[in-house]
Amino acid sequence: MTTGLLIVQILNGLQFGILLFLVAAGLTLVFGVMDFINLAHGVQYMLGAYLAVTFVGLTGSFVLGLVLALAAALVFGLALEFLVFRHLYERDHLDQVLATFGLILLLNQGVKMIWGAAPLSVPLPAFLTGNVALMDGILYPTYRFALIGSGLAVGALLWFIVEKTRTGMLLRAGASNAPMVSALGVDIRKLFMIVFAFGTMLAGFAGAMAAPILSVEPGMGDTVLILAFVVIVIGGIGSIRGAFVAALIVGLVDTLGRSFMNDLLRLFMSAPSARATGAALSSMLIYLLMAVVLFVRPEGLLPARGRT
Amino acid sequence: MTLKFTLSLGAGVLALGLATAQAQEPLKIGVVSVLTGPAASLGQQVRDGFQLAVDQNGGKLGGVPVQITVIDDELKPDVAVGKVRSFVEGGKVDFVVGPVFSNILGAIAKPVLDSGAILISPNAGPSTMAGKACHQNFFVTSYQNDQVHEVLGKYAQDQNYKKAYIIAPNYQAGKDSLAGFKRYFKGEVLDEVYVPLNALDFSAELAKIASAKPDVVFAFLPGGLGVNFVKQWSQAGLTGKVPFLSAFTVDESTLPAQQDAAVGMFGGMTWAPNMDNPQTKKFVSAYEAAYKIVPGSYAQQAYDAALLIDSAVKAAGGTADKDKLRAAIKKADFTSLRGKFKFNTNGYPIQDFYLVKVAKRADGKFQTEIAQKVFTDYADPHAKDCALK
Repeated sequence: MTTGLLIVQILNGLQFGILLFLVAAGLTLVFGVMDFINLAHGVQYMLGAYLAVTFVGLTGSFVLGLVLALAAALVFGLALEFLVFRHLYERDHLDQVLATFGLILLLNQGVKMIWGAAPLSVPLPAFLTGNVALMDGILYPTYRFALIGSGLAVGALLWFIVEKTRTGMLLRAGASNAPMVSALGVDIRKLFMIVFAFGTMLAGFAGAMAAPILSVEPGMGDTVLILAFVVIVIGGIGSIRGAFVAALIVGLVDTLGRSFMNDLLRLFMSAPSARATGAALSSMLIYLLMAVVLFVRPEGLLPARGRT
Repeated sequence: MTLKFTLSLGAGVLALGLATAQAQEPLKIGVVSVLTGPAASLGQQVRDGFQLAVDQNGGKLGGVPVQITVIDDELKPDVAVGKVRSFVEGGKVDFVVGPVFSNILGAIAKPVLDSGAILISPNAGPSTMAGKACHQNFFVTSYQNDQVHEVLGKYAQDQNYKKAYIIAPNYQAGKDSLAGFKRYFKGEVLDEVYVPLNALDFSAELAKIASAKPDVVFAFLPGGLGVNFVKQWSQAGLTGKVPFLSAFTVDESTLPAQQDAAVGMFGGMTWAPNMDNPQTKKFVSAYEAAYKIVPGSYAQQAYDAALLIDSAVKAAGGTADKDKLRAAIKKADFTSLRGKFKFNTNGYPIQDFYLVKVAKRADGKFQTEIAQKVFTDYADPHAKDCALK
């Protein structure tokens, strides 16, 4: 194990964490502020990727395609809010889970009818192809640096909105005590709509950014959704800061676990059994982490303030 | 006299009518394939490849009109068993063609074979049913699963590669795959990596490959796994640096998504869309005209399954005499898209295997092309455990 490899793996972990953060941020907002369990968040991520495929293909430009895909994701989010989610806010969690699970099935099938079942892809934007040489021949793809950068930028933007603007203040208040915010005369419906649409757009952004490196296929959101739930449970529900920290932790733990668990176990095990144990253990690692966090700090690492 | 004549004429007409009705009773065929979920693109090829052969034959196989029931197994063994059982119990079924995946085959084989129908697998070829669990009514038009992985192991050994890095998903087929590769590859295996079946990001593995500097990489990463891996492989700058051998990782079902990233990568197969024979040229152009995509081995094997049924029903004069029908199937007297094709005693094919290489065609589409022959008349080793003669 060389320092170069370790650095690359840490970058990989960060980049995976950033991707998870983009998905989890929207999920935690919707869950935290609206007390709404949105299982359909994963398909919104998938939709972002598919929209990116279409618009990048149509315009021939990654940036333009991305912007159009974001706009389309936003419109779609608003439509969903109007048609489905609005009618579920007052219902209990079980109804919400049922309805949004139905949406997963519907949208997965719908995507297949429109775009087909075969996996699709988005070409890398020309200005981000290639690699950056870190040291002694160890390369790191430029696009992944761009992904890390854009994730950090979104994180900073969210921090600014949540901490420094009036809407952000209402958001924080809503996450702590929504009925009280409503009682103080804030149009909570409008706030919910904004939060929801913004969350959808974030998921769509994550999907579109992931499209050049991952396979765009029906059901691609389901795996990510589970990871996003792990992130928001570890970070504390409703907390953007928590989601950010937890996403990076999950990304790093998962990536480093996958890279070095075998070598670690080989110190005191035979190679074949280290391989078997390592593969099993490294895929369990983040769930173990979640279990530990739930045991030690049931409210998450950085819970939204005032929430019990 | 006149009355008698009319009566006998009437009886004759009636008998003739009955006879035609009997001959016109359609062949009942079930096509079991996965049509939902991420693997649906493979299942659609099986369904469409079979349908194309039937359409080209004017809706008949062996001169008999065909009634096809398409069954979506959803890649869930319990679902598949339920649907297939109710289908074969719902009336006389002549053939069941399917499925794509071996675990589904394991689930549906018993109900289908118990019903007396003939089961033809257009893709799945598990070792169990090639050996002890072989059955006189079970035939495979693809290959025995291990063989595809062995092609790459043999090629790596022939190329005299010394150090290999091998990677597969963490489930039974993944372990079988790497074992199949190692059966022929005698060099050093630097690392044997198992990734979760739902892995998204391979950056950790790719970084390890780059730092381990192997002579060759072998991967079995089917479907979306392969799309992610291949795209990230090229983004990590590994293209052209390390030879990439694979099984079910770069094929016509994934190439539309992998595109340029996959060009130059190797796979193993019994056929490729550029195979140099007239029947393949005709098949590929007809398939592309009908379904707008380049057909892969899945479509080709299903097409061959339909031609096999066509030849056997014709030779046996229908499906009433099962012994005659079985004997006709075993002869494999049809023009396979692969050219050479014959059955072993266990109902699996004996055939040639090729190294195939991904290429970009002049029209901008991607396909695998035959690079070189690796095995000639290759039979699977499990046939010796099969009691059939």
